[in-house]
Amino acid sequence: MLGYVLRRLIQSALILLGVAFITFFLLFVLPADPVRQIAGRSATPETVENIRQQLGLDQPFLVQFGRYLGGLVQGDLGRSYLQKSEVSVLIASRLPATLLLMVAAIFCELLIGLSMGILAALRRDRFTDQALMMTSFVTVSAPQFVVSLLMLYVFAVKLGWFPIGGYGTFAHLVLPAITLGILGSGWYSRMMRSSMIDVMRTDYIRTARAKGLSRTRVVLGHALPNAILPIIAMIGIDIGVFMGGIVVVESVFGWPGIGQLAWQAIQRIDIPIIMGVTLISAVAIVLGNLLADLIAPFIDPRIKLK
Amino acid sequence: MTEIAQNSGAVMAPEVLRVQGLTVSVRSEAGDSPLVQDLSFSLRRGETLAIAGESGSGKSITSLAIMGLLPPPAVRVTAGSVHLGATELTSLPEAQMRSLRGARIAMIFQEPMTSLNPVLTVGAQLTEAIRAHTGASRAEARVQALAALQAVRLSQPERRLQQYPHELSGGMRQRVMIAMALALRPEVLIADEPTTALDVTVQREVLDLLRDLQRDLGTAIILITHDMGVVAEMADRVIVMKSGRAVEEASTAQIFSAPREVYTQDLLAAVPRMGAGKPRDAVGSEVIASLRDVVVRFPLKGGMLGRTTAQVHAVEQVSFDIRRGETFALVGESGCGKSTIAKAMVGLVPHQGRIEIAGQALEGLDRAGTKALRRRVQMVFQDPMAALDPRMTVGDLIAEPLVIHGIGSAVEQRAQAADLMARVGLTADQLDRYPHEFSGGQRQRICIARALALQPDLIIADESVSALDVSVQARVLDLLQALQREFGIAFLFISHDMAVVENISDRVAVMYLGQIVEMGSRAQVFGNPQHAYTRRLIEAVPVPDPSFVRTPAPRLAGEVPSPVHALGQGPVRAQLRDIGAGHLVAL
Repeated sequence: MLGYVLRRLIQSALILLGVAFITFFLLFVLPADPVRQIAGRSATPETVENIRQQLGLDQPFLVQFGRYLGGLVQGDLGRSYLQKSEVSVLIASRLPATLLLMVAAIFCELLIGLSMGILAALRRDRFTDQALMMTSFVTVSAPQFVVSLLMLYVFAVKLGWFPIGGYGTFAHLVLPAITLGILGSGWYSRMMRSSMIDVMRTDYIRTARAKGLSRTRVVLGHALPNAILPIIAMIGIDIGVFMGGIVVVESVFGWPGIGQLAWQAIQRIDIPIIMGVTLISAVAIVLGNLLADLIAPFIDPRIKLK
Repeated sequence: MTEIAQNSGAVMAPEVLRVQGLTVSVRSEAGDSPLVQDLSFSLRRGETLAIAGESGSGKSITSLAIMGLLPPPAVRVTAGSVHLGATELTSLPEAQMRSLRGARIAMIFQEPMTSLNPVLTVGAQLTEAIRAHTGASRAEARVQALAALQAVRLSQPERRLQQYPHELSGGMRQRVMIAMALALRPEVLIADEPTTALDVTVQREVLDLLRDLQRDLGTAIILITHDMGVVAEMADRVIVMKSGRAVEEASTAQIFSAPREVYTQDLLAAVPRMGAGKPRDAVGSEVIASLRDVVVRFPLKGGMLGRTTAQVHAVEQVSFDIRRGETFALVGESGCGKSTIAKAMVGLVPHQGRIEIAGQALEGLDRAGTKALRRRVQMVFQDPMAALDPRMTVGDLIAEPLVIHGIGSAVEQRAQAADLMARVGLTADQLDRYPHEFSGGQRQRICIARALALQPDLIIADESVSALDVSVQARVLDLLQALQREFGIAFLFISHDMAVVENISDRVAVMYLGQIVEMGSRAQVFGNPQHAYTRRLIEAVPVPDPSFVRTPAPRLAGEVPSPVHALGQGPVRAQLRDIGAGHLVAL
């Protein structure tokens, strides 16, 4: 177990190195010039060159990347070009908000998605099933900003049940979390439905019914633990998709998380922040997958970590 | 009905279950079509009623109908009644039916490997059944569960409660299923092919156990089976079913001694019996396949660095020859290494030692050499549906070996496929159909035609008739023997079914834990079995004759030892000794 975790962490470090290299390379070949952004339009060519030298952006790619890595191993993510502050400080100040939203949103996603999937599987091919699968299709295909704005308009502007945006109280959390939950629930409900249908056909479910167990007990006690296994692996992968979606939702709801930070940084080509947010997201994805793999053996005793 | 009851027991035991005019239908667009039609029978306390029949006869549907477990909404009871005591079951609301299920009427299934929930411990699955019906506390239910496991003679019952199903063998799991079914002492136990998936010695143990428990508890058993040997040994009365209808109902003695219906007579005639093998033609002297000291081991990895820490000794020092026109049988129970030998012979698993096919050594061949060698050896597997690509036509499937080896033009290949179809008893106009349009027996004929396409010297038949109904099995075996006479093909016939092997083989090798423990001609091995394991295998086979009296043997609950050994260690090598005329026996 400990050996497994250790091996996985070493693998993770290699993945992060790859992510850092690719992102850094893409930013390097990007036609947009960060120095122009910093210097402003009226700056003279000398000033621009000065700033470029100061930031080391005149160096060859490998030197720049080597420098960045050197800082990285010491825990230094560099300084923001425009905000004049350490990237690690910026991220640290925003990470709690994003993590809070992430946990709340995944909870909503699973609650909505899994219950839809289970219900659809049990009412297979009937009206309930068709209606639920139609809904899931809509949530999968709807653009994030449309759903976000719609939720905001209906529940904050028209009904006034929740604040329009911001951060601080539980009421602020509800709308963005439910929006992300609805957006992510489509995949889960479809996957849960097919997983559940497969499990309900198995011999051991027939055995459970032959024992005279109640339907609730058969579904929740026997079918669910088996049906949820592929879902757990999916949660790990989903964190990656989630990190993409959070940028839009945080912007719409004015949630001060790293999604918003990333959005601003991309607009201004603030390379250290983009790098920092990308790496933090990658860490979250890698850890999420590791966590999913570590949880699986507790549900299915046949799974052995090797 | 009364007459039969008097025949089977001197004292009339009370009736526990009565089925009258039971009809089960499946709803489709074309309307209702019946799966079971107008079935009636009754069952008395302590009695065993066998429902026998081939696949599709409706015997399993009958059991699910009695349990109220038919898959809704398509399949349902459309007429008739089922009375458990005074309670009518078919019209009972689900909530009330649930309280009877598992308490007064219980069921065990064919597949012990999949019938237990893999993520729950044995203890959890046993106690929840008890608690669902008795309202016992957790601790009380545990005590009862422990007693139930002891009743099915499972070793180390306390430990078993903590274990998960995958940690138990097939036989142990079936014992757990029986413990679960009988924990609440139901009046009726429905056993649906309870031993079909088990090895023959394990089957013997489970059948003995069921009989002992029935004697102690007075449970009435409905035994659903296709195996007439099991029927003869277990049942008081038999209902023979065909296409959803009862063909004949009589006492077991009567069914076997004087079957009235033609179908019953045919069914019994098709049952392979020990000692019924016909004399066989002399075989040639040319050696087609030769194995010398063949060893196959699979590494088990473990530890931090994933090093090999132990090995599965699947095949250990196996040597034998197969001659032209000969049927050489490998028998043994699951995990004994018989299929691994087959895989090694076609180069699908790496081996040590020497394998020669038609004088050509398998070791050190390049790709082209291996491909050429494969023309001489073909395989026919157990499950014909799984062995045929569902998206290819039968004509393409049969011609594929010719295509792979580049033999003939497309027209010639098709003509040859048509020839082969005719040769295995199908018609050439079926060439453009797909595998799902054929029955199980026909599909196996297609597999055989495909194996014949390259005119091989040796066909390896790995449990090729095990999944077929007995009447189909008999016809496929006849076909194999006719082809052998015509083409002089040698067969390596791998089977767990001793009666089939006894009927068709020239020579037999008995395998146990990767080693051959006895080898000789059919007459030597079956007529004069010397090794204790061979005897145990032969004695465990159910005899399709109710008058056969089995010598009482001690009830066994043994487990086969593991073929896994730590690196550098291995099993004790069995030394084979010739006890006369080539009859080899392990010391």
